Amino acid sequence: MSLLEIEGVTLKFGGVTAVNNLSMKVEEGEVFALVGPNGAGKSTVFNLISRFYTPVSGSIKFDGHDLLQMSPHEVPSLGIARTFQNIELFHQATVLQNLLVGRHRHRKAGLVPQLLHLPSVRAEERAHREAVEEVIDFLDLQPYRDKMIAGLPYGVRKVVELGRALASKPRLLLLDEPASGLSVEETQNMRWWIDDIRRQMGITVLMVEHDMGLVGKVSDRVLALADGAKLAEGTPAEVQSHPAVIEAYLGTSAISKTADAKGART
Amino acid sequence: MEVLQLLISGLANGCVYGLVALGFVLIYKATEAVNFSQGDFMMLGAFVTLGFVNPEYMGLPFWVALPLVFLVMGLFGYLLDLIVLRAVFGQSQVAVIILTIAIGFVIRFSVGLIWGHEPQSLHSPLALGDVRLGSLVLGLADVAVIITTFVMTVLLWQFFQRTKIGLAMQAASQNQMAAYYMGIPVKRVQGMVWALGGIVAAVAGILYASKGSMDPTAGFIGIKAFAAAVIGGFGSLPGALAGGLIVGIIEPFAARYLPPGYSQIAPYALLIAVLLFRPHGLFAQVRTKKV
Amino acid sequence: MRFHFKTTYDDDIRLFIDGWKLFLYGALLVLMLALPWMIDSFYLGEANNVLIWAVCGLGLMLLTGQTGQASLGHSAFMALGCYSCVLMMQAGVPFIIALPVAGVITGCIGALIAIPALKLHGVYLAIATLALAILADDIIVLLEPWTGGVSGIVPPDIVIFGYVVNRWGNPTEWYYMTLVVTLVVTLLYRNLLRAPLGRSFAAVRDSEISAQAMGVDVARTKTIAFGLSCAITGLGGALMGLFAGAFNNETFNFLLSIQLLMMIVVGGLGFIHGAFLGAIVIAFLPQLLSIVSDMMGSGVAIPGLESAVFGVILIVFILFEPMGLYGRWLKFRVFLELFPFARKDMFKRQKSYLKTERLR
Repeated sequence: MSLLEIEGVTLKFGGVTAVNNLSMKVEEGEVFALVGPNGAGKSTVFNLISRFYTPVSGSIKFDGHDLLQMSPHEVPSLGIARTFQNIELFHQATVLQNLLVGRHRHRKAGLVPQLLHLPSVRAEERAHREAVEEVIDFLDLQPYRDKMIAGLPYGVRKVVELGRALASKPRLLLLDEPASGLSVEETQNMRWWIDDIRRQMGITVLMVEHDMGLVGKVSDRVLALADGAKLAEGTPAEVQSHPAVIEAYLGTSAISKTADAKGART
Repeated sequence: MEVLQLLISGLANGCVYGLVALGFVLIYKATEAVNFSQGDFMMLGAFVTLGFVNPEYMGLPFWVALPLVFLVMGLFGYLLDLIVLRAVFGQSQVAVIILTIAIGFVIRFSVGLIWGHEPQSLHSPLALGDVRLGSLVLGLADVAVIITTFVMTVLLWQFFQRTKIGLAMQAASQNQMAAYYMGIPVKRVQGMVWALGGIVAAVAGILYASKGSMDPTAGFIGIKAFAAAVIGGFGSLPGALAGGLIVGIIEPFAARYLPPGYSQIAPYALLIAVLLFRPHGLFAQVRTKKV
Repeated sequence: MRFHFKTTYDDDIRLFIDGWKLFLYGALLVLMLALPWMIDSFYLGEANNVLIWAVCGLGLMLLTGQTGQASLGHSAFMALGCYSCVLMMQAGVPFIIALPVAGVITGCIGALIAIPALKLHGVYLAIATLALAILADDIIVLLEPWTGGVSGIVPPDIVIFGYVVNRWGNPTEWYYMTLVVTLVVTLLYRNLLRAPLGRSFAAVRDSEISAQAMGVDVARTKTIAFGLSCAITGLGGALMGLFAGAFNNETFNFLLSIQLLMMIVVGGLGFIHGAFLGAIVIAFLPQLLSIVSDMMGSGVAIPGLESAVFGVILIVFILFEPMGLYGRWLKFRVFLELFPFARKDMFKRQKSYLKTERLR
């Protein structure tokens, strides 16, 4: 059984079909990338998994649990964490506090113990902070740990958002365009982090990304989407050379040109 | 007969609520600012008119004073946006809510300082006395208020459909960013919306003052107008007017048929019922935030 | 300038970040305890008033400052706390039990009301709560058999373990009683902020969507915030009514909740200190105004002057110092610590863009 199984999912906004009969499977331990032109429905797939949207038909299963039976806030408790395309951090809080919210699914104390700050709450807090410190070390966020998000540069915010997702110790990590807006060095870091997240932490990664360089380097399998439907699926190399993908990205003339070039060569 | 009488006076009150609600929704739609001082705008408009028209002040003829009032109130709205509200552009709604409430306090105090706290009545050509039709006694002012509101609504509607500024305001209210990219000077348009909000408030104020006497606390009817706006749904101008009429009509009937003490509750009880069962008003369409 | 070298996780968790802070707040506590010997009974009453306002302010702060929900209806919950406490006292329940139970009752009813109300966003919530405050006024009149309606209630004397606490007879004891309530509420508030629940409040305030994605149940969190907020405000309302010595429907007019909201904005939204600073402003403003008008020689109170001046203060703060008095103080402190190296543009506000919360 795969970790995440999406079966024949269709989502419509009014008359527009955003996702059309999409099926995909993400295996435990792999890095799976969704690619496609703008408006292809990549982020929509994430929002379906997060249960912000409900599909018209189809099923979404995570480790045997039916996600469509759950509310958005119950999804993370299964071990699904995500980042957002346009960074959705808690901007009036510090980096540390943001990461600690990532620990929300592991909290145990009830209202009254929290109000009284009983020793059990203190012990729990220490455990949360220990877990968060590991993430801070991993992502080199030490210089920023007590800084407000509101004053941080874009690149750092992106890393903090990754950190918040990691702090929840997920089994499946959804990264929505992790490299968009990052500099070359930052993208390089992101690549190593994604590698380490998979290898050292054993977390399965599903990501949406435009940077084909990054996708080619980190992902095991790629699925190309256009107009909400699957175009091609396979290794990064297979998908990149798939004629339907080239057509969707560059238009039909590009195909005929490459064909011409090939013809001329032979 | 009695029912008809209650209906007319309710409609007339409702028109005033509706006009205040209209100004409220107008500003909210275009700027996302919630003007909790719209009721005080109305009160200010009434007192400015009173200052121009009443013989103990400037004693100008009503029809000469009218354009002056609109100018003053339009300018007031525009400057308020320019000086105060633009500074909080993009900040949390809580800040804007509390800011406009504070503005309301300041307006109320200033009016009290200038024109006093005693109730005064406007020398309005609309205050025509009563007319008897059999057993039916109608305040002509009430009828005049209903007609004026109707005309005003048609004019506003035409303004939004036909004029360039009106269309720009509509565009800015639908999607600010897109309007900005299309070359609409969004901030100036917002200033004009505030000006328009001031003028609509002035009309409401004049109508209100024509029906009876005014004092600086009259701005509190703004609260009923908010209720009206919510009942109608914040999104739509006709909804605001309809909400105003609903609240206006409920009041006299509740006062007539419910035991005393319960009648003041009626509009707010309706408001809470609407919020419970149709949280976005009777006439609203809902869409959620995109991520 | 002091540096904090954190060596254990507890450094971030404990109430006072270092010995110096502990000393400062300890000194403040000693000062507060010594106050009855330092000032006369009139000013002690004023200090008492400040503390009561601060308790009410902390209640609203929890909802508005921490969770980001504006309520214009907290006067209703002050009334609820006050009437339930006094009705219990009249029924013979000892004060020391009646007060916390009144808080719990107010909190529970607040949470019940919150369940439908918090589906509403921003403006809708503000207007719904405003309607609630106006309704509360009318409902108090309608429930005359219990509430005394317009003629109101004169509460019985407070008796703590057989010891009578009367505002006029023994103001010092009254003051200490309020101080204890204030300290307890502040401590609970602090505990909340360093626990997961406090963080989920901030999460809901800053981004509901990503709070959900982190597993925070937004509706539940808001309901808890509203309930706790109402409970604290209810305690404050009970103290306010008892301190006033008599109260009716007008005591808890909806303008009171507007004043309360203005107070915490002026003090500094989101900070415990903000509630106290705001309370000082709101309690001493009338005194200050009467002194000023005496000096001007008019002697006649100008109606609405107080709220207008407060309105102007508020406008100035929102325009120039949105973080309130406490924010101003923080900046001043950083300026002193860095002196002479503080730069003028250090606290320049970031340009913010309109983030729409509207559902069209």
